[in-house]
Order: sequence, then C-alpha cells, then structure tokens
Amino acid sequence: MDVMPKWADVVLIPLISILLAAILSALVILAIGENPWAALKLMVNGALGSTYGWGYTLYYATNFIFTGLAVAIAFHARLFNIGGEGQALIGGLGVAVICLFIPWPHWTLALLGSAIGAALFGAAWAAIPAFLQAKRGSHIVITTIMFNFIAAAVLNYFLIGALKAPGMEPATAKFPQATHLPSFQDMFNFGETTFFRGAPANVTFFVAIAACLFLWILIWKTRLGYELRSFGHSESAAKYAGISPTKIIMVTMLISGGLAGMMAINNVQGEAERLVLNAVEGAGFIGIAVALMGRSHPFGVLLAALLFGFLYQGGAELALWTSIPRELIIVIQALVILFTGALDNMVRMPLERLFLAMRRAKT
Amino acid sequence: MDFATLLQMLDATLRLATPLLLACLAGLFSERAGIFDIGLEGKMLAAAFLSAAIAAVTGNVWLGLLAGIGASMILSAVHGLASITFRGNQLISGVAINFLAAGLTVVIAQSWFAQGGRTPQLSGDARFNPIQLPFAEALQNVPVIGPIYYELISGHTILVYVALLMVPLTWWILFRTRFGLRLRAVGENPAAVDTAGVSVIWLRFAAVGICGVLCGIAGAYLATALQAGFVKDMSAGRGYIALAALIFAKWRPWYALYACLLFGFLQAMSLRSDVVANVVGFQVNGQFLDVLPYILTVVILAGFVGKAIPPRAGGAPYVKER
Repeated sequence: MDVMPKWADVVLIPLISILLAAILSALVILAIGENPWAALKLMVNGALGSTYGWGYTLYYATNFIFTGLAVAIAFHARLFNIGGEGQALIGGLGVAVICLFIPWPHWTLALLGSAIGAALFGAAWAAIPAFLQAKRGSHIVITTIMFNFIAAAVLNYFLIGALKAPGMEPATAKFPQATHLPSFQDMFNFGETTFFRGAPANVTFFVAIAACLFLWILIWKTRLGYELRSFGHSESAAKYAGISPTKIIMVTMLISGGLAGMMAINNVQGEAERLVLNAVEGAGFIGIAVALMGRSHPFGVLLAALLFGFLYQGGAELALWTSIPRELIIVIQALVILFTGALDNMVRMPLERLFLAMRRAKT
Repeated sequence: MDFATLLQMLDATLRLATPLLLACLAGLFSERAGIFDIGLEGKMLAAAFLSAAIAAVTGNVWLGLLAGIGASMILSAVHGLASITFRGNQLISGVAINFLAAGLTVVIAQSWFAQGGRTPQLSGDARFNPIQLPFAEALQNVPVIGPIYYELISGHTILVYVALLMVPLTWWILFRTRFGLRLRAVGENPAAVDTAGVSVIWLRFAAVGICGVLCGIAGAYLATALQAGFVKDMSAGRGYIALAALIFAKWRPWYALYACLLFGFLQAMSLRSDVVANVVGFQVNGQFLDVLPYILTVVILAGFVGKAIPPRAGGAPYVKER
C-alpha cells in the first residue's frame, strides 16, 4: 500500500531535499564570508539574465541531460553506472575519429555519423563492465570506477600519440569546417539582433530532447522497458517470468554507455570542435545527481539538467565576480546527491508518518 | 639496475604504499561489517586538508593529525547516518562524500588561506619528519644488510611504521577478538548477530568509526608527511586504488599489505620510468603503469585469478523484522 500520494513522492520529496541542499549551501557561502542572497542574484543574472547566459546554461544542460539519462536508465534496472565520465571520454574519441577521418559533405550527415560513433564508442566502453557483471558477478560500481581511470589513460595515450596535432598541446587537430554544428547563435540570427552571441549551445540540445523522448518511450512503452523495470524491481521475479538477466544487464548498460558517449557530440563536436584532455569535466558524475534528482524519469532528468546547467553557469559567474571558487558547485552537487540519494529516507520517513496521521484523522 | 637504485625504488614503494595501506585497512573494517565505502577517497582528502591547515596554523603536526582524523570522522558519521540509520544507498552516499570533500576542501582552503585552494607550505614541527631507527648510522657500512636497514627500513616518518603495525593489529582484532568475530558476522549475516542479542547498528557504527580514524591518518600522512601541505585533489585516486587493493586482497589484512605494496611499487615505477626503461629495455608508458592497478583489479574481478567474494551482507541496510 502506498502511504503517500504520488505527487508527494514525485514533487514534494525532491523539493524538500533540494531545499535542504540549498540551505546548507547558503550556510557554506555564509561561512566563507559572502552573502548568499547576493550570490544567488549574481548566479541568476549570470545564467538566465541574458541570451548569452542562457546559451551557456543550455549548453551545460545538454551535457547533463545525456549523462543524467545514462545514469537514469541504469537505475531502472537497479544498476549503478558511475562510469559515465569514462564513457563520455571514450565517446569523445569516437566523435574525433568520425569527424577527422571521414570527409563529411554536410553537418547534418556529420551529426548523424558522430552520434552513431559517440554512442558506439561509449557503449563499447560500458560493455566490458556490463559483461563482467552479467557473467562473472563482479560489481558494476567497482568496474565502472576503474574504467573511468582507464578511459582517461587511453585518451591521454591517443592525444599525445596517434591523434595529436602538431604543436605543444595534447589535443587533436581542429575538425573540418563541414562538421561544424550550427550553434544557437547561427540559428537565432535575425539580422540586426543576434541572440546567444558567443555562447556554445548548439543543435545538440534538440538531440538531447529527442533522447529524453526516446528514453521515455523505451522505458514505459516497450516490452524491453517493461522487462528492464521488472528486473530492477525484483531480479528473482524477473528470472521466474523468463526474463534473461544477462540480456537486460547488457542491453541496459549498452544504452546507458551510448547515451553517456553521445554527450561528446555536444562538448567535442559542438563546442571545442577538437578533442582535448579532460573534455568531460566531471559531467559524467553530475549525471548521478541529475538522475537522482529527476527521479530517473526522462522529464525529471530534463528539469534537473536545466537546474544544474544554471548552477554550472551561475557558478562560473560567481567565480568570476566574487572570491567564491568554482568548486562551490561541486559542494552543491554533493549535497544534492546526499539529500536526494543517500538521505532520501530522512525526508521520506517523517513525511510518510505525517501523511499516515492525516489519513487516520480523515477516516 | 644497481643495488642502490633498487633500494631507492623500494624505499619509494614503502612511502607510496603507506596511504594506500591505511585506506585499504579502513575499507577492510567497514566492508567486513557490511558497509560498502567508496568514500575512502573523500575522507582522505578532507583529512589531508584539515591536518595541513591546522598544522600550518598551530605549527604542531600532532594537532594536525587529530584534526585530520576529526574531519574524516565527520564524513564517516555522515556515511553512517545515511547508510545505517536511514538505510540509504551506501554507494550513493560514498559518491556524495567524495564530492563533498573535493568541493569543500578547495572552498574552505581558498577562504582561509587565499592561495588558490592550497595550504601554506609546512616545515619543521608542522610536518612528520623521518625518524632514524637505532643503530642505523652504525650499521650503515655493513654490506647488504647495512644499506637495507639504513635506506629502506629506517628513515621513514612515524606514520609509515604505524601503518605497517596496523596490519597485524587489524588481523588480531578481526580474527582473535570477540569484537572482530561479531564485526565479521555482521557483514555476513546481520540477522544472526541480532538474534544473539548484539546490536547490529552499534557494531556497524563502530566499524565505520574505525574506518574514519584510519582514513584520517592516511589523509594526514599525505599532506604532512609525504608532501608538505595540501593541494587541490591531492588524494589523486588513492582511495579508489585502496578499494582496488581491498578487492585484490579479498578482504584479508595480510593480503591487503601485499596488494598495497604491489600498487605502491607500480606508483614508484611510474615516477621512475627511466629506471623501468633501463630494466625492460624499452620505453614503458608512464600512463600505463599508473592505470595498471585498475586494470589488475578488473582482471581480478573478472575472476581470472581466483574469485573475489565480498562479505555477503555488504551494501544491504539491515532491517529488523517487523
């Protein structure tokens, strides 16, 4: 029996958790001698006050949608994919190879090609931990953590070796002009007024929205999604119903890795237009916070990704104008993970008691 | 490679293995009690920062050590609260703790010292300095044994010896005391422990607390002994390598020592890639040596070199039957 109405579970608990995280973040800002209210105003202004700010916010949000969806689908099958960071790095390798070595005639085809490349590379990187979990029972959390480190080394190896462009920097050559994805600045250019000037948001944002939709259909409208969710609820029951655990683990992790890899279209092809070291910048880990906050629902992930995009861009503005370092965002991210993920019951238990008492009072 | 270089490498191995060993034993206590802890990294980092900060301010490294342990214990308490009291997901809690430490250390360091997220350089009494074991000087000229004793065994900071002594101590606590038996039992079958009238909650909190102390020492070692001060992200994945060593050792103390020495040796090799190139005859990629612990762990986990079976109740919060 559900103790709480659905809206409380979906809206109220995340809201309270975020509120707690926000209060603690404000205390941290107070403790280092800054004004939280002024900081918030600065963040809102910097991230949402101009189309330039929005351009950055949406760019970051695009990254987080992909990594958030990657973690979310794994959560549905009760798998914890911490390897989004590594999968996105390797996805970047895929994008670089596709963009550098295939002469694309037009960006639409290049986008298609790099999306497939990124997804394949990311999925391949998730395949080994998935296989080890399915066949050998080795814990996927440990193996994906290890694969993050190995991915960084692999990328490093290629960027100082085979793929390195001439010069000092460990980076690939600039991608050809034909693979340039239209940025929001290109798309929303109406003669005298240019919106999103200089901001990195690009057409990949719409790919990310499409990915949300795709995942929603996959999880709730297909046979595979049903199998995946039932496996997540009870492995033994799923097995009894004839669902193959190996298949579910493999397919889920391949999709998860593919989604994380596809983040590279945004940051590698869309923004940098070349592959550099540490291109992912922790977005793979933010995916965990995004998925937890979004309750593993694609729409929730979209909202949470927008919030984190705002935090990321706002945090950059803070670091620019105040003495608050950028790492404050990592603190906020940690608090969100802590309250929405690990301390979920701390919020849930008293609320459940409250709702139970209210129901008793009614009857 | 000559004898002197070998001794240097082994000496570096011992120094680099120490934080791994302390963190690994910390994880051992926690995971043997059924609490997964991927937050070792964060606890080490927090301890490294606070120990360096307090040592820098007071000039006393022992106060720094205490502060480091305190910082680590606070995070341990958060982990215990989340995973024992509120029966949350232990892995997610660990992830949160790692990020909390990574962010807070830099934010606070910037606010206190304004040196770009680092603490001032430590020197003198604000650091753990090498201690000379008795007769090291006198025996120095005895062939073979003399240099080994002088270079390799003597001349480390006190924390290195503490870490090494922790291995037999851990073994003794876990396998020869009543507390250890119960602690291991609570990681395998908490319901049985509960039936016997022993508090599962208390035992698990005790294990998480010990884990906090050891991680605190490991972090303090990083900032006040291995290096002279805190820099951003200085734990550099050591918590994860310790986790890898723990799996490698299959959750046993003596094997943890061997695993950490092996991984420490790999780190020493990646620092001295010139020596490695001399020995094997070709240039070995330093990156490769760096990630070798992770690759080895995956191979172990894949079950190619024996099977690593974690404590059975690991990761599962204990719910009394209602």
